[in-house]
Amino acid sequence: MPYMIYDNSFEGFLTTVFECYAQKIVPIDICRERDFQEVLFAEKMNIPSDEQKADRVWKALRMKLHTRNNELPFLAFLSEEDGIEMKLYRFMKRVFESSYSIETDFGDRDVLDLKKIERQVMRETMRILQFVRFQKTKDGLFFSPIEPRYNVLPFTIKHFKNRFADQPWLIYDIKRDYGIYYNLKKTEEVVLTEKGFDGRNGKIKSEILEESETTYQVLWKNYFDNINIKERKNLKLQRQHMPQRFWKFLPEKAPV
Amino acid sequence: MNEKVQEKLKILADAAKYDVSCASSGNNRSNVNGGIGNAVACGICHSFTDDGRCISLLKILMTNHCIYDCAYCINRKSNDRPRATFTVQEIVDLTIGFYRRNYIEGLFLSSGVIKNPDYTMERLMLVTKKLRKEKRYNGYIHLKAIPGASPELIRAAGLYADRLSVNIEIPTEQQLKHLAPEKDYKGVIQPMNQIAEGIQVYKEERKKFRRTPVFTPAGQSTQLIVGASPESDRQILLLSSNFYHEQQLKRVYFSGYLPVNDYDKRLPALKAPPLVRENRLYQSDWLMRFYHYRADEILTPEQPFLDLDIDPKLAYAIRNLHLFPVDINKADYEMILRVPGIGVQSAKMIVDARRFRKLNTYHLKKIGVVLKRAQYFITANELPSALRHWEPERLRSHIIYESHTKNRKPGDTQLSLFAFTPPHQTPALQVHYKN
Ligand code: SF4
Repeated sequence: MPYMIYDNSFEGFLTTVFECYAQKIVPIDICRERDFQEVLFAEKMNIPSDEQKADRVWKALRMKLHTRNNELPFLAFLSEEDGIEMKLYRFMKRVFESSYSIETDFGDRDVLDLKKIERQVMRETMRILQFVRFQKTKDGLFFSPIEPRYNVLPFTIKHFKNRFADQPWLIYDIKRDYGIYYNLKKTEEVVLTEKGFDGRNGKIKSEILEESETTYQVLWKNYFDNINIKERKNLKLQRQHMPQRFWKFLPEKAPV
Repeated sequence: MNEKVQEKLKILADAAKYDVSCASSGNNRSNVNGGIGNAVACGICHSFTDDGRCISLLKILMTNHCIYDCAYCINRKSNDRPRATFTVQEIVDLTIGFYRRNYIEGLFLSSGVIKNPDYTMERLMLVTKKLRKEKRYNGYIHLKAIPGASPELIRAAGLYADRLSVNIEIPTEQQLKHLAPEKDYKGVIQPMNQIAEGIQVYKEERKKFRRTPVFTPAGQSTQLIVGASPESDRQILLLSSNFYHEQQLKRVYFSGYLPVNDYDKRLPALKAPPLVRENRLYQSDWLMRFYHYRADEILTPEQPFLDLDIDPKLAYAIRNLHLFPVDINKADYEMILRVPGIGVQSAKMIVDARRFRKLNTYHLKKIGVVLKRAQYFITANELPSALRHWEPERLRSHIIYESHTKNRKPGDTQLSLFAFTPPHQTPALQVHYKN
């Protein structure tokens, strides 16, 4: 019963599952390399990522899952929740070993938890679509900082590419220090070495801001304040829909 | 974009805020030829005001000048307030500027009536035309049809807009005459019928010719003001259920009357808008749209007003105690959906999960059932139902008492109590590990 340690990637995790099956190992726990803390006298195994092994597990899994749940394991994995690996491992084991579908067995803790976690990750993805706020720079780039709880930026690319097909944009995940850049033709992943924005709130430095940008931000704040109905004030409801952690990026909530 | 526009925006956003319909939903419009924008069917809320309402669209009036004098309206002719009018170009620039920054899903444009209905309608139509044709804008557009405008103009607008709507505002003809003597009920219903017909015709033709131009693909909606006139909740619900079925309306919105013109003696003297009543009406509306209730199940001729202390679903259950307790492990989906404390999502999960094992209260709780509410109405395997011992009246007071003492802080509004929310939709996001 060893601790299995993988390289933080989903591929690495799938490889680990592969090894458990191949070598008939029952893991005590499956841990990310960066989070693993040494346990005295415990047996441990480091599993290097292997694309082929991972692919075999992934394909086999998708064969058995309902299309609706095709991405559930991946989404749940993205949550990086404590203990997510073992939940997924037990879930996958049940999927592989039963002759009928167990995906809606919500009386089972693992199945239910994974479903809930999946929803949370989707909600966070949705929040990027909601709360991205572009600032326009002098050279016509539309830039937005974000700081999502999970690493979900890649899943919003298609939406933004469809919607803003005729403007170059860059959405930058400040926490994970990478972004997606669209140059009117295709998107690519970029890491900025020199940052033209304030690292705390993502505000672009005023020298490179397009002149009309501040006007639009003021217009928007103006609109936001005037569309509100004072007699109906309900700040709790506001925070519930629009968590405070996003406010610093929103021109309507942060002072311009 | 100068100070003049800032000023106008203040006035014309402020004037538009009483129109509650904000949903940007109901249509998928894809971005064509590398233009800007698309519409996603579920709509996206981009911000939330201090009153907790969703901001999805840039909701403004083209002008708050008006030649009419409707009693309930803040923009009525006889009110002395700042007035402003946007030019077509200003609205176009604002929409595009906001859209490009991901502030909004699109435009919701309404207007007071200047000169005459046709003149007003034409300018609204021009905004949409310019956006679609010149700016190649494919985002969402919701346009108000001006009652009394000519059918040709409404038709033209319907070719560019995703949604057209006419606000009924006052639920009955007689009250409308009383409060808005210059408007006539027919003038409101006529464009509604025309839009409904236009949509129908489009659907028919579309079957034959693939290139039939789309006509208001997101359908139409309307708004009713609640509490400005004496209609009962039952009248309001029957009317809106009629709109859903007869006119194929996509949404009916309710707006609690804000006492804006308290000098007008035709209006009731209110201290605050009837928010709880408005909320109960929305809950009833959800019950009809998502929980398969009929309007006459929610309110009866003997009880024409909604209970303000408890939500309409709970009220229904208490009135119909003979239908309960429901056996969670056996009852059909429809009946489980009627249990207070069980939402659409939980009901579906229950029906799925019970195929694997008998569910008990522990499972229900984990799934997300509000047991505190549901316990009186269910049996779940080991649980002897708490229902038998209760008389309807006593159960009602008991549940109210419970929630007051445990949840309610002084000064809390009732809105958060007994609330159930409609199912949440998310757009189909492309989340893939590998294709
Ligand atoms: S026509 Fe419309 S804007 Fe004019 S007074 Fe009546 S409700 Fe108000």
